[in-house]
Amino acid sequence: MSSTTTGGAGAGEPTRRDFLYIAAVGIGAVGTAAAIWPFISQMNPSADVLALSSIEVDLSNIQTGMSVTVLWRGKPVFVRHRTQAEIDKAVADDKADLPDPATDESRVKKPEWLVMMGVCTHLGCVPLGQQGDYGGWFCPCHGSHYDTSGRIRKGPAPLNLPVPEYAFISDTRIKIG
Amino acid sequence: MALQLQNPILKWIEYRLPVFSTIDHMVGSGYPTPKNLNYLWNFGSLAGIVLVVQIVTGIVLAMHYTPHTSLAFDSVEHIMRDVNYGWLMRYLHANGASMFFVVVYIHIFRGLYYGSYKTPRELLWFIGIIILLAMMATAFMGYVLPWGQMSFWGATVITNLFSAFPFIGDPIVTWLWGGFAVDNPTLNRFFSLHFLLPFVIVGLVMLHLLALHQHGSNNPLGVEKKGPQDTIPFHPYYTVKDLFGLGVFLIFFAYWVFFNPNYLGHPDNYIPANPLVTPAHIVPEWYFLPFYAILRAVPDKLGGVLLMFGAILILFLLPWLDTSRVKSSRFRPIYKQFYWVFVLACIGLLWAGGQPPEGLPLYLSRVCTVYYFAHFLVVMPLVGWFERPRPLPASISEPVLGGGKLPAGAAARGTH
Repeated sequence: MSSTTTGGAGAGEPTRRDFLYIAAVGIGAVGTAAAIWPFISQMNPSADVLALSSIEVDLSNIQTGMSVTVLWRGKPVFVRHRTQAEIDKAVADDKADLPDPATDESRVKKPEWLVMMGVCTHLGCVPLGQQGDYGGWFCPCHGSHYDTSGRIRKGPAPLNLPVPEYAFISDTRIKIG
Repeated sequence: MALQLQNPILKWIEYRLPVFSTIDHMVGSGYPTPKNLNYLWNFGSLAGIVLVVQIVTGIVLAMHYTPHTSLAFDSVEHIMRDVNYGWLMRYLHANGASMFFVVVYIHIFRGLYYGSYKTPRELLWFIGIIILLAMMATAFMGYVLPWGQMSFWGATVITNLFSAFPFIGDPIVTWLWGGFAVDNPTLNRFFSLHFLLPFVIVGLVMLHLLALHQHGSNNPLGVEKKGPQDTIPFHPYYTVKDLFGLGVFLIFFAYWVFFNPNYLGHPDNYIPANPLVTPAHIVPEWYFLPFYAILRAVPDKLGGVLLMFGAILILFLLPWLDTSRVKSSRFRPIYKQFYWVFVLACIGLLWAGGQPPEGLPLYLSRVCTVYYFAHFLVVMPLVGWFERPRPLPASISEPVLGGGKLPAGAAARGTH
């Protein structure tokens, strides 16, 4: 123990006690962090919520010019069977001055089917369909206007309505998520 | 002894809100503590830490639990299977209840051995008993929430205890149930009260600490501290000792949580509650077994209930039933032996309470019940009266340093 006396070590020289002190506090900090993690993680989506992460939608009953809204992960998803006029308008606006530039082609898998989240990118309200200055969607909360491709054109929202991951599992059926 | 702050920001805060001097008074140099406390004095702080663990895990569980008869059982299984670390939260909480009682029972037996209930700490002791009663109510209602068979029938049996009282009994039971049997209204109010009571306990713990700090901790010698030579600052000496004890305790706690999480519970509680079928052998959690044994030892409904409640309420009379002027059993050769007989009686009740009430267990529970009450009502007053205690040291320092004089080193240490 004589080596730990302050007289033996030079000024500023780390002692055995310094080492023990740092090691003990370090282990304590790691242990505390490990103990805290489960308490944070428990608030993340549980296994049964994650299990609901995909749904299938039957498209056969949706006529041209109709939309359906389905619930996916607790949020509305718009599935719109677009008219030729809407598709033409959306493609024509690809070169317009867009706040969040994206071509109509990049937002659809088949031009007549537009699938996107029905959640305004401003503060999360559900926009109203076939309204607003661009004939697409209009959010009543703070006045954001989306076009027939769901792209933001006017108002406080910063981004286009997001397109969720989905796939055609047959000509008349899609799987979202 | 007053706290000296150097940092100007801390000074600015302290001038307006005396947090730092309050902390210093609670656990710092402003709280001189007897220097001879042994490891049995760890259990107070351990109880406080377990209370915090119970509250934190309980708030987490309440985020995922549904207090409804048709959903409660499934929501507990949802916690076990689906919620991230839900199994850990529930096992911590369920075993934490047992740990809380282990720690508090040791804390109480410590107080009994060293006479911590004696003057001037009577109110400190009373608040402790009230905390124990609040803990028991909380634990009982918590056990009902999973809505398994033991939950349902435990709730039925324990609430029916009140039906033993003549005239007022049945209206009280109906009022507790909010109906004519344990059902959804009962489950809802038990959930509400199970959430509320821990915070009542926190308030009581603050009163417990306030009373403790009035005269400071008792100590193994039972001789009050007489000056700075008898004390050391709580921090760092006892904070470090408490932390070391906490480490050892957490290993014990972790054993149950990770290696034997259902040992202290009952398998029947994994069967959903069924009001039509009572489980064959119904027993409470281990920490209620001694009181359950007293209940069943008496062949009379009202008598058993009164004796069971009396077993705790009698603790309020200890400061007057104990006629000895010496606190610590260390200096009481006769009483010390009766103390251990009392401990054995409590263990006997604990064992008998878990057995079917017939034959040897019933006989044992009757013998132990008689001794339990005789210990307080007969042994304590008489032994205190007739016993000749061994001579007490003049001070805490005297047995170590001799003479009880004020050594220069101790004085410097006590006042820094």
